[in-house]
Amino acid sequence: MSMNERLARVGEIIDAHGAQPSQLIAILQETQAANNYLSQEDLTLIADRLGISTAKVYSVATFYENFSLEPKGKHIIRVCDGTACHVRKSQPIYDAIHDYLQLTGKRKTDADGLFTLETVACLGACGLSPVLTLDGEVHAKMTPDSALALLESIRKEELAK
Amino acid sequence: MSILTRDGFHALQAEACALLDKSRKVTNVLVCAGTGCIASGSMKVYECLKDACQKRGLQVSVQLKEEAGAKGIHLKKSGCHGFCEIGPLVNIEPLDILYTHVKAEDCEEIVEKTILGGQVIDRLLYKLEGQTYQRRDDIPFYKHQERIVLKDSGKSDAEDLMEYLALGGYSAFEKALFDMTDEQICREVLDSGLRGRGGGGFPTGRKWESVRKNVSDIKYVVCNGDEGDPGAFMDQGVMEGNPHSVIEGMMIAGLAVGSTEGYIYVRAEYPLAVERLRIAIRQAESAGLLGDNILNSGFSFHMHINRGAGAFVCGEGSALTASIEGKRGMPRTKPPRTVDQGLWGKPTVLNNVETFASVPGIILHSAAAYRAHGTDGSPGTKTFALTGNVVNTGLVEVPMGTTLRKIIFDIGGGIKDGKKFKAVQIGGPAGGCLTEEHLDMPLDFDSLKKVGAIVGSGGLVVMDEDTCMVETARFFMHFTQNESCGKCVPCREGTKRMLEILDRIIANEGSPEDLDMLENLADTISTTALCGLGQSACKPVLSTLRYFRDEYLHHVVDHHCPVCNGRKRRLEIKEDLCKGCGKCAKNCPMEAISGHPRTPYVIDNEKCIHCGACWGACPFGAIDAIEEEG
Amino acid sequence: MAKGIMIIDGVRVPFDGEKNVLAVVRKAGIDIPTFCYYSDLSVYGACRMCMVEDVKTGKIEASCSMEPRDGMAIRTNTAKLLKHRRMILELLLASHDCNCTNCAKSGNCRLQELAQRFGVRHVRFPDTRPRYEMDYTSHAIFRDPNKCILCGDCVRVCEEKQGQGILDFAHRGSELQVMPAFDKKLNETKCVSCGQCAAVCTTGAITVNDQIGTAWKAIHDPSKRVVVQIAPAVRVAVGEQFGYAPGENILDRVVSALKIMGVDEVYDTNFAADITTITEAEEFLQRLQKGGPFPMFTSCCPAWVKYLELNNPKYLKNISTCKSPMQMFASVLREKYAEKDAGDGRTTYHIAIMPCTAKKMEAARQEFMRDGRPDVDLVLTTRELVDMIRETGIHLDELELESPDLPFGLGSGAAVIYGVTGGVAESVVRHCLPDKTKNTLRQVRVSGIRGDEPIREATYDVGDTEVKLAVVNGLVHAKELIADIEAGKRFYHLVEVMTCQGGCVGGAGQPYGLSAVKKERGNGLYAADASALFKRAEKNPVVTAMLAEFGPEWCHDHLHVHYGESE
Repeated sequence: MSMNERLARVGEIIDAHGAQPSQLIAILQETQAANNYLSQEDLTLIADRLGISTAKVYSVATFYENFSLEPKGKHIIRVCDGTACHVRKSQPIYDAIHDYLQLTGKRKTDADGLFTLETVACLGACGLSPVLTLDGEVHAKMTPDSALALLESIRKEELAK
Repeated sequence: MSILTRDGFHALQAEACALLDKSRKVTNVLVCAGTGCIASGSMKVYECLKDACQKRGLQVSVQLKEEAGAKGIHLKKSGCHGFCEIGPLVNIEPLDILYTHVKAEDCEEIVEKTILGGQVIDRLLYKLEGQTYQRRDDIPFYKHQERIVLKDSGKSDAEDLMEYLALGGYSAFEKALFDMTDEQICREVLDSGLRGRGGGGFPTGRKWESVRKNVSDIKYVVCNGDEGDPGAFMDQGVMEGNPHSVIEGMMIAGLAVGSTEGYIYVRAEYPLAVERLRIAIRQAESAGLLGDNILNSGFSFHMHINRGAGAFVCGEGSALTASIEGKRGMPRTKPPRTVDQGLWGKPTVLNNVETFASVPGIILHSAAAYRAHGTDGSPGTKTFALTGNVVNTGLVEVPMGTTLRKIIFDIGGGIKDGKKFKAVQIGGPAGGCLTEEHLDMPLDFDSLKKVGAIVGSGGLVVMDEDTCMVETARFFMHFTQNESCGKCVPCREGTKRMLEILDRIIANEGSPEDLDMLENLADTISTTALCGLGQSACKPVLSTLRYFRDEYLHHVVDHHCPVCNGRKRRLEIKEDLCKGCGKCAKNCPMEAISGHPRTPYVIDNEKCIHCGACWGACPFGAIDAIEEEG
Repeated sequence: MAKGIMIIDGVRVPFDGEKNVLAVVRKAGIDIPTFCYYSDLSVYGACRMCMVEDVKTGKIEASCSMEPRDGMAIRTNTAKLLKHRRMILELLLASHDCNCTNCAKSGNCRLQELAQRFGVRHVRFPDTRPRYEMDYTSHAIFRDPNKCILCGDCVRVCEEKQGQGILDFAHRGSELQVMPAFDKKLNETKCVSCGQCAAVCTTGAITVNDQIGTAWKAIHDPSKRVVVQIAPAVRVAVGEQFGYAPGENILDRVVSALKIMGVDEVYDTNFAADITTITEAEEFLQRLQKGGPFPMFTSCCPAWVKYLELNNPKYLKNISTCKSPMQMFASVLREKYAEKDAGDGRTTYHIAIMPCTAKKMEAARQEFMRDGRPDVDLVLTTRELVDMIRETGIHLDELELESPDLPFGLGSGAAVIYGVTGGVAESVVRHCLPDKTKNTLRQVRVSGIRGDEPIREATYDVGDTEVKLAVVNGLVHAKELIADIEAGKRFYHLVEVMTCQGGCVGGAGQPYGLSAVKKERGNGLYAADASALFKRAEKNPVVTAMLAEFGPEWCHDHLHVHYGESE
């Protein structure tokens, strides 16, 4: 995706919201959905068009957990670490995936850009805990093994392509 | 379609009722389409049922308005039943059968046997302790509940306005619109004793009255659907299962305070709730129930949806309005209060989902009827999200004043895997834990406050004997620390330090002084933090320190936690090897060893802290570490 | 506004319109501690130091966000409050780079002061601070995020007073930081170098770029002739740090001190301000004749020029082509001293003492370089001057008074008011109005041009034209004014813009001061005008003689600058 394409799309999103500064969060959400993540250029354009400072836009983008200022992997895994999932041992699932993807430090995306691993405070599916979502789809009653099997199957599918 | 008059509304409602009656003459299959059941595969079940019916020439109508015909069925996506654990759930009316754990493979059989043959498939029914339950309401999980807000959840199609109308929807709004003054509405809500379901328990009527009295060119009604407590999903259930009830409640609030703009702020993690609300708003708009000059009354109301972007603190009122305005969700100092200067600096009614959803019932059936439920100080019902190490997890609605015992043991079916009950965390990271001694205490706003807990939004996380309470406290502190907005010093710096200390304690590297520091920090943070999140951030630590101090001591004195690190060692002196030299006793820091010279010494295990000093001191290897039995 | 009586620590204190309890407590003479409360900015309520205890309920609340109520009884120093304040201080110190001895703010640091005051002597938390990179890229200021306590004063002043929003919070919780967008360096942002963030910073996280070392080096270099110019606003503020009242003009003492320190010649920027007035007025009259472009914006404030350059370059053509007084002075000096330098073999090293941090940026602009060397070699702020005087140990009150050297030490009353908001416009108007009587001066004075309102308007008849003029006090209002002009809601012939509130007297190079102090400094300048020998620029005999000597061509080449054309 070229930078011009990205920015053109951001421009459309801003227009759709009437370039209103109050719509900043919605604009950021839609930009991220369209462009995978929020690039410096995206944020600068949004600031210019909304007539607010770039620092303000950056400040909002870094405040909310859902915004990513770095490219995300092709598939997004979100392990629920809500209380219900936590008491039913969600941490070992996260750790297993973390190791499987060989993530270190603050990195959330694996080296081949296939998976991004995140946590989420609660998906509201506590009855099925522990849960994780893969690209938005909820997977219930997971274990470290079943989680890795799931990732492995996706990886195989990707390789087959 | 557009209704312009009150008569038109009545006609539409009559039509909806007629359709519902008619639809009840044929089989209705309701497949649960709550987040939980969808996660378990209920949408696949839905499609398979549809195919299986169509294959057999059964006409399938998916909307109330569609005539099912004599040989047809109605197939609906219902809202959440609240018992997600046994999903996907399929409810078949009017036979009144609830099938559980339904899989795609079961669909042919369901259509063949139950829908066409009228037979019950035993293996799909709910079973408990050797007993089989066919009707949903007989299942102990449901039997002990009293459902008002969740009444229609799971029993009707959440995406069909006609169903809502047929069940009396928007009648309360109509009544408020034509037959009540703004003052009367506020009075009725005040008389009902309804208190905010979002945590604080502030009387809703008083809030509305303040906003009503404020003079302003524009006022706002804001619904807090940013249900951030990890382990709570009541509001999600309501927004997904009965979105119109929230909208209707907000519209009544709009009438009461003189507002024409409503905002619902929904948590980012609830895409389905956003979708259902969008559909509901669209339907209400096209029916003429939302928008300009509703029912030709001159009253206008417009609804907007804002999606959260992942910040727990946005559940706090001023942070939530800041977020709607497109800013960082940082709470601000009060005054000015939200009722005076809320969204865009205008007077604002801010209530949570469950509160708004309770309003139509109050207006329609009177404050007195509402007061018939619950306690004097906390009337009405409350939904709780019952989770953790409990047999039945799910959404539970009970009258205020119900005991924990009833919720956990009667409805929840007790502790999983036959383990022992240890504690329940109520109110999420801002709440506290309750123990055995509180099991028979009636749950309401005031009683909980007394014991250092809160109703909060209603999360109930049950913990069994295998849960380390220090670890639980650390988990909540990690959560709050991660979600702190960072604005005020005590919360930003204080919770960071508390987490550091708790991490140290969990790693068995803490000291007893750490517990004092935790208490000192908690005192400063809860007294001086800017917002409710900060002020309550320490509650889990304080309440576990209060009720489970011994578990902290295991970590900081013994440096060994029976739960985290397995069974404890016990030190013993082997009589045959002990020469009675007394070196062990001299080296014991706790004076736990006694005896007479030249006779074997003994260790008092009550006093022993397992520091191992005696083991090092004994020249004869007489000290033995024994793994303690369970 | 509420009126009544509060009981503070048992003492009855009347209040009348104070916006919060904190203000009433301070009125009662109790210095309640704060970090994030700055009465000129919005209430933030984050430091929680200003907590007070309600006598009746025992409830503890932040006084900055409490409304005073009649009969309200509070205590400000209970055991609980002291305990919480100490804990908050300890928490702040634990996350702060506590290398105080070599910190620029040592002695002026609010954190240091309060930690001392509350006896916080050791920190019980481990040092787990991340180490942040420092930012040396700005000419005006220096950022050391390791010293930031996140009170947000800089964020609010940048946004609320200057309308820039260069600095803002980023991330959240314990990862919260103050930074420019994308954590860029200041020279990669649209920062206009006004320095107000440094002026309000409670710690050493943002400080004025300290060039004292460079100044001493030049002064002690025998091959250099150090020639100083002093801006008008400096003289009425520098004394505050030595026990003089705000607004007290101590120029003569400063001149004396500079001489003792080893400066060769000390001149007055007022001299150049008179040249600016004349040149700018001529330009304005020409524009009136030619019909524009209007409005003509004043060009004295480098932060304002920078702002247009970065954000709204289409208005650069509206900016007066006159250099600022500092740069005009330097042009004249270079011209006049070239011969002198050649004569005695010394190099003239020119230091400008300014109330302003943006002047450091202005002096470094390409437009003011000649043969790779800036016309002004070094800009020092008032505060740097204070530090240098302190370093020498000179007691200002014991000095013999000394006037600035001649010939460039002479200035009119119209020049000295350059340091206060509206002053530049007033001087130009004095020059443009044909009637030169005292009565006119008085009329101009009361025409609405003076004051502290954010945007002030005045009209005068110049020839057949009714000249409309506006004075903008604070950069944030310039944005607003331009928007109105574009929307056709306002029209002006001449607009004076000063970035800092109060004009140059409120510059970020000055000692820390609130609105009231800035106002006193302004009054000090008006008093200097009132007692000046001559009140109009064209009455300055040295200036008129010199302009005649140089001739129009030289003036055109050396006193004007065209921003936006160099690139």
